[in-house]
Amino acid sequence: MTEIQLKQIRKSYGEVEVIHGIDLKVNSGEFCVFVGPSGCGKSTLLRIIAGLDDVTSGTVEIDGETVNGVTASERGLAMVFQSYALYPHMSVYKNMAFGLENAKLPKAEIDRKVRDTAEMLQITDYLDRKPKALSGGQRQRVAIGRAIVRDPKAFLFDEPLSNLDAELRVTMRKELSALHAKIGDTMIYVTHDQVEALTLADKIVVLQKGRIEQVGPPLDLYNKPQNVFVAGFIGSPRMNLIEATAVEGPEGLTLTAPNLSVFVGNIEGLEAGARCTLGIRPEHVRLNTGGTPDTTCEVVFTEQLGGETYLYCDVEGLPQITIHQAGQLPFVKGQSLELNFARENLHVFDADGQVLVNELGG
Amino acid sequence: MADTSTQPRTLKSLITARRGRGRLHWTDVFSYTYLFLGVLLMFGPVVWLVLSSFKTPAGLIEFPPTLLPLGQIEVVVEGYEKPLLLFDVVKEDGTIKQLAQVRRIGIISQMVDPENPGETVSVPIDQRVKVREFRLAVENYTDPLERFNFVGFLNNSIIVTTVATVITLLINSMAAYALSIYEFRGRNAIMLFVICTLMIPITVILVPVYLVVTQMGMINSLWAVILPGAATPTGVFLLRQYMLTIPKDLIEAARMDKASEWSIYSKVVMPLTMPAIAVLAIFSIMWRWNEFLWPLIVLTRTEVHTLQVGLNAFQGELNVQWHYILAMTVVTLIPVVVVFAFLQKFITTGIASSGMK
Repeated sequence: MTEIQLKQIRKSYGEVEVIHGIDLKVNSGEFCVFVGPSGCGKSTLLRIIAGLDDVTSGTVEIDGETVNGVTASERGLAMVFQSYALYPHMSVYKNMAFGLENAKLPKAEIDRKVRDTAEMLQITDYLDRKPKALSGGQRQRVAIGRAIVRDPKAFLFDEPLSNLDAELRVTMRKELSALHAKIGDTMIYVTHDQVEALTLADKIVVLQKGRIEQVGPPLDLYNKPQNVFVAGFIGSPRMNLIEATAVEGPEGLTLTAPNLSVFVGNIEGLEAGARCTLGIRPEHVRLNTGGTPDTTCEVVFTEQLGGETYLYCDVEGLPQITIHQAGQLPFVKGQSLELNFARENLHVFDADGQVLVNELGG
Repeated sequence: MADTSTQPRTLKSLITARRGRGRLHWTDVFSYTYLFLGVLLMFGPVVWLVLSSFKTPAGLIEFPPTLLPLGQIEVVVEGYEKPLLLFDVVKEDGTIKQLAQVRRIGIISQMVDPENPGETVSVPIDQRVKVREFRLAVENYTDPLERFNFVGFLNNSIIVTTVATVITLLINSMAAYALSIYEFRGRNAIMLFVICTLMIPITVILVPVYLVVTQMGMINSLWAVILPGAATPTGVFLLRQYMLTIPKDLIEAARMDKASEWSIYSKVVMPLTMPAIAVLAIFSIMWRWNEFLWPLIVLTRTEVHTLQVGLNAFQGELNVQWHYILAMTVVTLIPVVVVFAFLQKFITTGIASSGMK
């Protein structure tokens, strides 16, 4: 059981600072996922924790001990690389035993550990094979096995599933989840795929440009994004984000944009005339069934998936609006639709992109 | 991954390979002509050397030269103690008869018919032709090995070559490891510096190195040949460039696996660098085996001579014993050929099997 804490981590390459002071605590036994677009510094942060990269300033603590000066090999962490990084000249068995041999364990114990782990991951059949004779999924398992067998303090995964095909990725995702449930160790997982993040994580850390945008459990991030970036990044298809202006009315504020007017009442921190961003997830866009619609749009593209339907609609002067509805909807291209935004799921962000309200009136 | 090497390729299919199916394309003709000329150019002299090494001294200086080593047939004729040389003689009536030469006086040769030993005839030398057969002058090989200390030279050469190659591989691979795996300030400057030493010809540093070797008391010991050339810029460069292609992830994975620097070097990097190591080994063996100038300078006593220096002994100021030189050159060629034959498969295997996607 290992707790990892980052305090004011900064990292510069020459003049360029890529990590701008990150504070983060990964609790013992937690599955923590770093997610963000490429170049956001998530891999760098993982490598800093691993000890493969040095910090420019700040401290990394493992179980309360500062490990800044401790080399990667002494930190007792295990890492699974995106490329798997299996030693090509060694058999699967040797690959898994390598770390244990370096730790100078007795032969019999190495053998027992390797075979136990191989059994757990169902790779016993190819212990004698070289990595090049394995498929992508098998290599992935071996790479994970190589990490598990050492019984590390914590696991670090650097985009481990990105080289697999879609189907295998789903399978491995489930296996990883099951594995975490089974061994219960602290795991830090880096990915750019928010679906992986949502499905695996106990705690998601959304990063952008070397800064933490939000930390929290998956559904918290989904339901209560703290800023426009997280709102747009988490969730697929992404949240509809519409820039609007608050207009004072008799009963409160109305957010207006070309061809759109959404009455929101009073929102703390939002003043009349201020610019803001309105966010609504595709599944929270309702088809108008009477009353005044918030906006009227034209269907430009439909995706019928059988169980669900995606509609992509244009409103003049606004970005494209995505609608997600259960079931099969009979709409065709060019059709006009009246839309209402569910107020209890409406998000409003201020001009700086920080949240003013999530779940308006909800 | 398209892997064509798994298809069985027989020698026949290899030497009859063509561009298209069926008819010969002009590029086939061109390629084969080009390759044939190449083989002739590269392999011809070697064949010529081997054939010549079996010729007698007289056979070597003969003009026009013969391709195969030939020896004149000798016959024992009754009444003569020594065997006599056999000639074809054109008689006045135009018939050809085989006669043995008793002695030669000026342009007249006294000959005897082996079937009728009692009678000698005089024949002008331009009317006779030597009767020869294919014969290997094996004494070209046995004489130097018995009379001179060639086995000793061979020993010295083998010691110098193996020890020097081992040291070269070890030192060069370590230098290459540091210059490719570690990132430190001035890494490229050091590499540049190493490569710059390639521009200094050995003749320039001959005297300084000789002085150093003398000061260290290594003259007339094999170390004088082994040590000065152990670190080669070519080797460092070759290995470093190869090591740079090893994925960084592997090194980091090894670090995470608690591997010490020594085990990263010996268990991860070195096995993956084998193709380059093999190339350098072949180079080093060839350099050391064929090295002449430096051993000639520092090895003055015959006991420590290497083969190449030993060969020089046959080359006197007035008299060059070509038959011995040629034969011993063949002997010196053999190890290099054998080494190349065994190691060449490493040259072609790359890091294709790195297990990375």
